[in-house]
Amino acid sequence: MVSKKVKVINPQGLHMRPAQLFVSEMGKFDSTVTIIFGEKTINAKSIMNLMASCIKMDSEIEIRCEGAQEAEALDAAVKLVESGLGDL
Amino acid sequence: MILKGINASDGVGLGRAVCVREESLDYSSVPYSGKEAEKARLQGAIEEFNTRTAAMADHIREQTGPKEAEILTGQITMLADPFMLSQMQEAIDGGSCAEGAADAICTMYADMFAGVDDELMRQRATDVRDIRARLLSILLGVAGTDLSRLPAGTILVARDLTPSMTVGLNRENVVGIVTETGGRTSHSAILARALQLPAVLSIPKALELVKDGDGLIVDGGEGLVVLSPDARTRGEYLAKQKDYQEKMSALEVYRNQPTADADGKYYHLYANIGSAAEAETAAQSGAEGIGLFRTEFLFMDRTSLPDETVQYEAYHAVSKTMAGKEVIIRTLDVGGDKAIDYLGMDKEENPFLGHRAIRYCLDRPELYKVQLRALLRAGAEEKNIKIMLPLVTCVEEVRSARELLETCKKELAEANIPYDKDIALGAMIETPAAALIADLLAQECDFFSIGTNDLTQYTMAVDRGNAQVAKLYTPFQPAVLRSIRSIITAGKRAGIPVGMCGEAAADPGLIPLLMCWGLDEFSVSSASVLASRAQIHRWHEKDFRRIAEEAMGLSTASGVEGYLKATVNK
Repeated sequence: MVSKKVKVINPQGLHMRPAQLFVSEMGKFDSTVTIIFGEKTINAKSIMNLMASCIKMDSEIEIRCEGAQEAEALDAAVKLVESGLGDL
Repeated sequence: MILKGINASDGVGLGRAVCVREESLDYSSVPYSGKEAEKARLQGAIEEFNTRTAAMADHIREQTGPKEAEILTGQITMLADPFMLSQMQEAIDGGSCAEGAADAICTMYADMFAGVDDELMRQRATDVRDIRARLLSILLGVAGTDLSRLPAGTILVARDLTPSMTVGLNRENVVGIVTETGGRTSHSAILARALQLPAVLSIPKALELVKDGDGLIVDGGEGLVVLSPDARTRGEYLAKQKDYQEKMSALEVYRNQPTADADGKYYHLYANIGSAAEAETAAQSGAEGIGLFRTEFLFMDRTSLPDETVQYEAYHAVSKTMAGKEVIIRTLDVGGDKAIDYLGMDKEENPFLGHRAIRYCLDRPELYKVQLRALLRAGAEEKNIKIMLPLVTCVEEVRSARELLETCKKELAEANIPYDKDIALGAMIETPAAALIADLLAQECDFFSIGTNDLTQYTMAVDRGNAQVAKLYTPFQPAVLRSIRSIITAGKRAGIPVGMCGEAAADPGLIPLLMCWGLDEFSVSSASVLASRAQIHRWHEKDFRRIAEEAMGLSTASGVEGYLKATVNK
C-alpha cells in the first residue's frame, strides 16, 4: 500500500463536479483508493460516499491506494487534488 | 378559504386543482425471486431510470436551461456509483427483493446527506429521495401522474415539486403551483421561478384540504392561496392578474438595457440579498451588482458561530456568481430586533440603542476577525467584494474596524493565504449621528451606503413596530429627506461613491430626488430591479431638478408624499 497527505484547495470542497472528476479518473486504475478524512475512511471510487463526507476547502486528507497500479493511482490522485479538480 | 404559505414565485394564477398524490410504493407483497433474478430486475430498473432521466434532462435543457438540466444529469451520476450498486446487490444477497434493496440503500444515503453541515450537500438528500421514488415506481410498474396531459388551467397541488415532475410538465396548461413543503431557496421554488409560474409553498396539509377539480387562486407575490373563490373574488384576482402581466411585459424591455436617465447619464442599479442562494435570482433579475448582502443568515439557525470556512464559502460563492460586478457585504448586524441565542448577548432595556452591530463586533474582535478574514479571502480572485460597516455613529468605529482589517491582512500575508489587499471599506449611514458627521466619515471611508429604514427610525425617534406612532415613520418626512440630501452631498464633495440600500431607493416618488442629489447607486430587492430601472429612464435632469426643488419646498410628510405621487403618476 502507498499513501500520501494532500490539502484540498477547491473553494467549494468536494461537491458534485470535482467529486465526479475524481471518481471517474480513479476508476481507470486497478487499485483500491481510500481517503482518510478525520475519523472517516472513504471509498474514493464511490461518488456518493465522497460527497456525503463533505470534504471542504483547506481540509487535509490522506489518500491510500492498494493494488496492482497503486503507485500510478496515487500519483494521479494527488495531482488531481493539488490541481483543484477542475474547479480553479 | 384563504391559505397562507411562502411566496416563492411571483404572479397570479386562477384555475382548477390537480392533486399529485404520491402513488403507493408499497412493495411488501413483492415475492423474492432469487439472487440472480432480483439483481437482473434491479439492473433493468437502473437502465430504465437512466434512459428516462437522460430524456428528461434533454427536455428541460431546451425548455428552461442547462442549470436546471444539471440537477437531473447529477442524479444519473449519483446512481452510477458502483459502490452503491454493490451495496444494493449485497442487500439482495441478504434476502431483499430489488425494491427492498433500492429503498434501504437510497434511504441510508438520503439520511447521510440530510445530516451534513453544508447547505449545498443537504440538498442532495432531495435528489436521493427522488431517485428512490422513481426506482421504486419503475420496479413496481406504477405510473406516476401524467403531467404531460394536464387539462388547461391546472393548478398543481403536490407535497413537493421534484425535478423529475417539472420535466414532463406541460407548461402551457399549468397556471400555478401549490406545495406542502419547501422554502424560497428549495428546488421547488427555483424550478417554479425558472418556469415563471406563480407558486406558493409550505401550505401544511394542502393535499388534504384541496380536492381534484376545486377552484383555486394562487397569488405568488403575497403567498396566498384562495380555495373555492366566489365570483367576486375571482373577478378581483383576474384584474390583479391582468395588471401584473401588463406590468411585467412592459418592464421586460428594460432587462438588457443600461440604467440611464433620459439624458443618458448612467447610474448603478444593484440588488439586496439575504443569503448566498439569492445571488442567482439577483443576477437573473437584471441587477448590475449586489448593494447589500446581509450576512446574518449565516449566523442564524445554528448553535455555534460559523467558522471562517463556512463564511468564506458563502461570500466566495456570491463573489463568483457576480464576477465582474460589485458585491457590497455588510458585516454582522446583530442585536436590536435580531437576537442570536448562542452569542449570549445581554437582555437590554433599549436594544435599538444598545450593544448591537458594529459596537458589539468591535468589542468581540476574536469573533469579528473571523468574518473580516473570510471577506478578505473571498475577494482574492474576483476583487469585487466591498466591506460595509453597519450602524456607524463616530469616526473611531471606522478607524478601529480598519485597524482590525489591517491586522487580518497582515496575518493572511504571513500565512501566505491569498486575499484582496485593496478591499474597499465603507460605512452604512443609518444614524443621525453619522449623517451629521458625514463629511468627517467620508475622510475615513471608501464609500457610503444609506440605510433608509434605520435612518428614518432614528431620525424620527419612532419605533416602526408600534402602531400608535408608526404613522411618523416615513422617508417622506422633510427631516429624513434633508438628512439624505446632506449625506449624499458630503459623499460627493469627498469624491466617494454614495449608494442607498433601503426600501426608499425603489420608491418611484423618491427616485427623482435621489437622482437630483447625485446618488450613484440604487440597491433594491431583485423583484424591483426592472421597475426601478424604468423609473430612472423616465427623467431628464431639468425634470428631476424641478421635482426635487418643489418637493423640498414643502413642509410636511403628507405634502411631500402627495406631491411626489401625483407628479410621478402623471
